[in-house]
Amino acid sequence: MIHCYKLGGLNIVLDVYSGSVHVVDEVAYDMIGMYQQCDRERLVAAMLDKYPNVTRDELLEGCEQIEQLKQAGVLFAPDTFAPIAGQLKEKTSGVVKALCLHVAHTCNLNCSYCFASQGKYHGDRAVMSYEVGKQALDFLIENSKGRRNLEVDFFGGEPLMNFDVVKQLVAYARSREKECGKNFRFTLTTNGVLIDDDVIDFANREMSNVVLSLDGRREVHDRFRVDHAGNGSWERIVPKFQKLVKARQGKNYYMRGTFTHANPDFLKDIETMLELGFTELSMEPVVCAPDDPSALTPEDLPIVLEQYEKLAELMLERHRQGKPFTFYHYMIDLKGGPCIYKRVSGCGSGTEYMAVTPWGDLYPCHQFVGEEAFKLGDVFHGVTNHDVQSEFAACNVYSRPECADCWAKLYCSGGCAANAYHATGAITGVYAYGCDLFRKRMECAIMLEAAKSLDEQ
Amino acid sequence: MKIQTLETKNLCQSAKNGGCGECQTSCQSACKTSCGIANQQCESSK
Repeated sequence: MIHCYKLGGLNIVLDVYSGSVHVVDEVAYDMIGMYQQCDRERLVAAMLDKYPNVTRDELLEGCEQIEQLKQAGVLFAPDTFAPIAGQLKEKTSGVVKALCLHVAHTCNLNCSYCFASQGKYHGDRAVMSYEVGKQALDFLIENSKGRRNLEVDFFGGEPLMNFDVVKQLVAYARSREKECGKNFRFTLTTNGVLIDDDVIDFANREMSNVVLSLDGRREVHDRFRVDHAGNGSWERIVPKFQKLVKARQGKNYYMRGTFTHANPDFLKDIETMLELGFTELSMEPVVCAPDDPSALTPEDLPIVLEQYEKLAELMLERHRQGKPFTFYHYMIDLKGGPCIYKRVSGCGSGTEYMAVTPWGDLYPCHQFVGEEAFKLGDVFHGVTNHDVQSEFAACNVYSRPECADCWAKLYCSGGCAANAYHATGAITGVYAYGCDLFRKRMECAIMLEAAKSLDEQ
Repeated sequence: MKIQTLETKNLCQSAKNGGCGECQTSCQSACKTSCGIANQQCESSK
């Protein structure tokens, strides 16, 4: 399967199953597009008709070039992964390597668009005790088998509302690293309200990554991200974020925004983040019920797709000016990205990755917390709901019928199980709107890498 | 006619030598609300 598209002045041919990327001229673009559909004589005739300045000999040479790429396995490569997809996922199953610790099901902000229902996950307000958190870390260590790198995300609600426990849990994990042969990598996801010098020092010492929630323009941010008195939080948090990022030397963080129906023109919000001095950026489409006023609409879709293209243009321009910035979804390493195991298996929710509630219940991921039918067990007794876990273990890109003909499937692994469930009622469904956004993001990401690669040449 | 082939990871080869599982879980790093694995780093090729 190939995917041919034009973007940023480049003609790009992506060979799906080999992962190869070719940048081609107009004639080659048309020839490759037709190559599998007709014989060589008809192809040459069609090209001579369209490109009168190109000779027959040149076109025959082009056919030979295409054939050589095909023989080399970098064009029209067959799908050899479908029959072994289950085996591929199995190799990475049965091992837990990451936990999302919900250390606080409460929040000091009251954002109406929050997928976690203002941090409560449709339940009661609660914070995680040290004992529950410690048990969760023990559960992770015991179930991680030979994996050395273990990830723990302090999440909420607002995790800094339970900062003392966060500090104690990090100290406990560090105390067990050496004896267990593990390397903990911690992430803190925060709205910034409670950031102070103590938090900054601790985060810079212990957190591999810090995710900071900022929606961009002040008026956009303050529309949703308000405190319980209804006051916007932008003015309070931006200086704190700037101080924290400066103390981290501008590295190992993401400024993460959410865009909604209110700001499908989110490029302006990214530009605001840049103006504020932030360069490691992420901007996510809102996740909410379709009837929520903040939900993205079909009418928003073309606007958002155009914004993604303009964002790619801006990134290339800034890269060429020596002022690069990172956009999380455009990070793609064509030479050293994920292996086919990862590409087939997906995010690992419910198998490699689980969320832990303040009272120790295990769920397949943070987005399933509060969905009682998906409760897997708890950190004291381990996974007891093997039926649900088996559903997640069987979930891979080839288990989703809608993904069969999609060129982007080895870049998304079939997408987010939670989004699929909320959109279709099945974790093996697909969230079609999200797919449209994802495909555009991948086109932009690959174009950016291609353009940079050509610049270097 | 011009075709430039960029250097990319050989996915078929990675079926033979991949799957160490040491890489980051996809949702952990920043997004939390949408799955994509393309932007994850491979630990063994770092």
